[in-house]
Amino acid sequence: MSFEGVRLSFLGETAFVLTVGSDVGFDAHEKVKAVSYLLESAPPNAMVEYVPAFTTVTVIYDPMAATHEEFADRLQRLLENAPEARPAVEARLVEIPVCYGEAFGPDLDFVASHNTITPDEVIAIHADSEYLVYMIGFAPGFPYMGGMSERIAVPRRDSPRQRVPVGSVGIAGKQTGIYSIETPGGWQLIGRTPLRLFRPDEDEPSLLRTGDHVRFHGIDHKQYDELFKGEARA
Amino acid sequence: MRLLESGLLTTVQDLGRFGYQKHGVTPSGAMDPVALRLANSLVGNDRRAAGLEMTLRGPAIEFRHDALIAICGADLSPEIADMPLPTWCAILVQRGSVLEFGDARWGCRAYLAISGGIAVPEIMGSRATYRHARIGGVEGRALQAGDDLPVGRADERVLDVMRDAASNLGPFPFVLSIHRFALGDVMELYERDCRVRVMRGPHFDTFDERDRDAFLNEAFEVSSRSDRMGYRLTGPILDSSERDELVSSAVLTGTVQVPGGGEPIVLMADRQTTGGYPMIGQVAAADLPVLAQLKPGDQISFEEITIERAQSALRAQWDRVQALKEGVGVHAASRP
Repeated sequence: MSFEGVRLSFLGETAFVLTVGSDVGFDAHEKVKAVSYLLESAPPNAMVEYVPAFTTVTVIYDPMAATHEEFADRLQRLLENAPEARPAVEARLVEIPVCYGEAFGPDLDFVASHNTITPDEVIAIHADSEYLVYMIGFAPGFPYMGGMSERIAVPRRDSPRQRVPVGSVGIAGKQTGIYSIETPGGWQLIGRTPLRLFRPDEDEPSLLRTGDHVRFHGIDHKQYDELFKGEARA
Repeated sequence: MRLLESGLLTTVQDLGRFGYQKHGVTPSGAMDPVALRLANSLVGNDRRAAGLEMTLRGPAIEFRHDALIAICGADLSPEIADMPLPTWCAILVQRGSVLEFGDARWGCRAYLAISGGIAVPEIMGSRATYRHARIGGVEGRALQAGDDLPVGRADERVLDVMRDAASNLGPFPFVLSIHRFALGDVMELYERDCRVRVMRGPHFDTFDERDRDAFLNEAFEVSSRSDRMGYRLTGPILDSSERDELVSSAVLTGTVQVPGGGEPIVLMADRQTTGGYPMIGQVAAADLPVLAQLKPGDQISFEEITIERAQSALRAQWDRVQALKEGVGVHAASRP
C-alpha cells in the first residue's frame, strides 16, 4: 500500500488530519484502515489517540511532548517507512438480530409506501445487504454504514422524535444506522436490536469498529426478549 | 460530602476521558482544566483527581468530615454560615459545615476540589460525567439534592497539615485559610478581554472574504443555546461556504464549525467526536479556560494566530501553572 497521496494538515496545535482521498468509497476506506493499522502497531511518540473517518484519520497528540514540526515529521516518516503489505486481517462479519416492525418499527409502513413496496419487502431488502462500517462517530458506538439499497431510501422525519429508544434501527436518506444511545432523532425507525452497541463497562466500548461488515436478520419478540436479557446490562 | 441543593448544573469532572474517541466516546471533563488543576494542587491531590464543576448558580454542600477544599475558576460567591470564602485558596472546613453560593460575580464555571478527590467509579479510565451517554460521575447525570459523594483518603502529609491546623480552630463553623494563589497571578490566565485566539480551520478558505473577515474581526455573542456540547454564537452570519455539509471527520474541543444557517458553533467538552459541517477555525488550547468562563450574553471575538504561537502560548501557560503550583505550601507535602 502506498501512502504517497496522503495529505497531512494540522487541526489546531493538538492534531493532524491525514486525508487519504476525496470520495467516500472502498479505496478511501482501505487506506483509512491501512493508516489506522500503522498507527496502532507503531504509535509515534506523543500520540494520544487517532480517529478514523470516511476519508481521513485524525491523529491527536500531546503538544507538550512534541512540537507540531516534530510530530508532523514522525507521521511523515511513519508513512514513508510503512511496509509494502500489512498482514491480511479478516474483516469481521457481525450479525445484528433485529425485531422488525410493529412497536419497534413505527415507521416501517411509511418506508414501504414511500417506495411503493410492501413492509415485508422493505425488511427483505434491508436484511439482504451486507453493510460496511466506515467509522464510529456521532455518539458512542454509533456506526456510519454504507451499502444500503436505494430501494428503501426515505427522507428523515419532518419532526424528530424527542427520544429514540436505544437499539432502534432506522433509515435516513440513503443511510441505515442503529441508535447506540437514547437521543433525539429524525430517522425513520423500522425495527430494534437487543444487542448493545455501546458497552461502557468493557475494554472495547463499541460493539462495532471501522472495517466491520454487518448483516441484519429478523427475529421475533420472544427471541428479542431472550437476547435482551442475555446481554449483560449495567 | 452530601448535596443539599443541586445548583444550576453540578457534575463530577476530572481532566477527561482519553483514548476512546475512535469509539465515539468524547473526552468530556472540566471545561476549564486549568482551574481544576490548580484547585487539585491547592489541596494536595494528584492532577487526575475528580472534583465538582459548578455552573453559574452553585450547589449547597454539607461536609461529613473535616476537609481541605479549594474553589477555583469563576467567583460564584462561596460562603459558609454567611462568612465569604476566598477563591483560589486552600481552606480547612469543619465537619458539619455547609458550603453555599450566591451571585456569580465573575465567570461561569467554578471547580471544587477536596483533598482525597471524589471517589466515584472510573468508567473507561476517567470519572468525568458524560450526560449524553449517561456515563461517569454519579450515574452519568447532573448531581441532585440528596446525593452522597464518596471522598478518597487524603495524602498522609495533607492529613498532617489538617491535624495541625485543626488544633487552631475556633468554635464551629470555623474555617481556616491555609494558603492561596495571588488573585492577580491567576487572573492573568484569563486576561484576554474576550479575544479568543484561533487558528484557521481546514475549511477556512471555502468561505468568501467577507465571511473570513467577519469571523476574525467582528464580535459575536454567546447565545442562550450554549452548553457543554457547544456554544452557539449569534452575530455576523457566515453562510458563504461552498458546501453546507461535508463528509464527516473528527472534530475537537475548540473546533469552530458553521452549519448551513451561518451561525458558528464552538464545540466544547461534551461535543460529538465527528462532524460534517465546515470547520472555519480551531481555538487555541490555551484559551479553553477563557471560553469556559463565558456565559450566555457575553461577547466574544476571535484573533487569528499561527500554530507556532498557539503552541508557545500553551507552553507558557503550562510553565505558569507549574510555577504557581510550586509556590504553594501543600505542594511540598504532596506526591511529585
